[in-house]
Amino acid sequence: MGHARWVRICHGTAAVAIVALGVTGYVILMAHPRLYWGDTGNALTPALIELPISRNHQHGGWQDHEPILDGNPSVVSANRTYDIFNQNSWGRSLHFLSAWGVVAVGLAYLAAGFVSGHFRRSLWPRAAELTAGDLWAEVVRHLRLQIRRATGGPQYGLLQKTAYSLVVFVALPLAVLTGLAMSPRVAAAVPMLQSTFGGFQSARTIHFFAFVALGLFLLVHVAMVCLSGFGRQMRGMTIGERR
Amino acid sequence: MKSRLISRRGALVAGLASAGGFLLTRNLGELPPTYGHLLRMGDNLTYAAHRVLLPGQSLVKEFTHADISSFPAIGTTNPASMDRSGSEDFARLQHGQFADWQLSVEGLVASPGTFRLADLKTLPARTQITRHTCEEGWSAIAEWTGVPLALVLQAAGIKPEARFVSFRSFDDWADSIDLLDAFHPQTILAYGMNGRELPVPHGGPVRLRVERQLGYKSMKFIRHIIVSSEFDDGGRNGNIQNGWSWYAGI
Repeated sequence: MGHARWVRICHGTAAVAIVALGVTGYVILMAHPRLYWGDTGNALTPALIELPISRNHQHGGWQDHEPILDGNPSVVSANRTYDIFNQNSWGRSLHFLSAWGVVAVGLAYLAAGFVSGHFRRSLWPRAAELTAGDLWAEVVRHLRLQIRRATGGPQYGLLQKTAYSLVVFVALPLAVLTGLAMSPRVAAAVPMLQSTFGGFQSARTIHFFAFVALGLFLLVHVAMVCLSGFGRQMRGMTIGERR
Repeated sequence: MKSRLISRRGALVAGLASAGGFLLTRNLGELPPTYGHLLRMGDNLTYAAHRVLLPGQSLVKEFTHADISSFPAIGTTNPASMDRSGSEDFARLQHGQFADWQLSVEGLVASPGTFRLADLKTLPARTQITRHTCEEGWSAIAEWTGVPLALVLQAAGIKPEARFVSFRSFDDWADSIDLLDAFHPQTILAYGMNGRELPVPHGGPVRLRVERQLGYKSMKFIRHIIVSSEFDDGGRNGNIQNGWSWYAGI
C-alpha cells in the first residue's frame, strides 16, 4: 500500500515551508547570533551561547557606556556605532508566511491522522514493539547500514516510527509554540505561553534547538531515502505508487 | 483507500468558513495595502488573525524595578549628528535643553495644535516597566514614564472618522498604528526612562512606546502626530517601502 494522497500533499507542503523556515531562520539569527535565558539579553549583557556566525564584517564597537539606573552601575546604555547584517525585512515576512503554511498543513494533518487512524496504524510505535532488545537490534542494523528496502508506503520500522512521532508530536509543536511565545501580541494575550518557556529569550533559545533537532532529522531522513531506494521513495511520496 | 478524506462537502464548509473569516476582518478595519506583494499578504494575514483571534485590550507583562536591564541604543542615536531634514532643528532644540521642543497634532482632530514638553507633563502620567523586543533578536527591560497617547488624542479632539495615527520623527522616519493600538492603555508618549529624563540615544526628548509590537514601532524622536481616516504607508521613509512589515506584533 502506498502513501495516501492527503499524506503526500501535507508532506510536500510542509517540506517546502520547513526548508523556507530553516533558511529564513538562519538569516534572522545572523542579525543577532547570541542566545540567552530568561526575559532579557542583548549585546550589553552576557550570552548563554554565542554562535559562530555572521561576523562577516568589522564591527565598530559600542560608544558612550553610561549607567542608566540609579543605584545599579552595572545597568548601562551604549550606542552602537556600526550597521549590522540585517535582512530581517523579507526574512521575517517569509518566515511568518512559511509558518502559516506549517500551522495550516500541520493542523489538517493532525486532524486527518487521528480521524483516519493513520497515526495509530502506521506512525505510533506499538507498546509491544518498544522493548529494549528490539530497539537495540534496530539501532545495530542501522549502524551497519542494513537498510530495509523501500516499500513506497507507510510500512515503517521501529526507529523510523519513533523518529517520525518525535518530529510530528514533539519537535514541530515545540517549534510552533516557542515561535508563538516570542510574539509580543500573543504574549500579551496569553502570558502563560511565554512564562511556561521561562521568558522571551528562553523561548527563542528553545526555538533554535527545536529547529536544530528538525535539521538533524532532515539530514538523516534524506540520507535514509537515498539508501533505501531513492526512486521508489520519491515516487511513493510525490505522485504515489501505482495501485 | 476508497474513502476520500477531503470531501466536496468538507471543502465547501471550509471555503465558507474562510470567506466568513475574511468578512469578519473586513469589519475589523482596513488592512494595509499589499501592492500585490506575497510577503505583505502574509503580514496582513498575521495582522488580521491577531485582530480576530486575540482580545483587543490585553496588557503586556509589567516587570519589577529589579528586572531593569542594560539597554543598547541602536539606529539613530542623535538626529543632530545626521544629515536629515530635521537635524538642524533638533540640534537647536537640544542646545536649549528642549525648552522650545514642540509636538504637533494634526489631521482629523477638532483642535489641531502643539504640545510643549511641559504641556505633556501636566497631563496624567503613566509609568510602566516593560520589555523592549527588537526584531534583531535581543531584548531589554526599562521603566518608561509618559502620557498615554489616548489622552493626547482626546485633548486634541480626535474625530469619529479617524482610523490611523501616523507619526513623523526628527530623523525623518514615518510610521503609523491603528486606533486599537493608539488607544491601548500602555501606548504612551514617553519622556522619562528609569526615573530620569529620556536620554537622546533612546529617543529623547519624547518617543513612542507601542508595547504589543516590536521595538521598531516605538518611534524615537517624535515630532508630528497626524490623525487620518486613510492608511498612509509613509512613502520612502515608511516601513512598507523599505521592505518591512507595517504590523510588528509578531
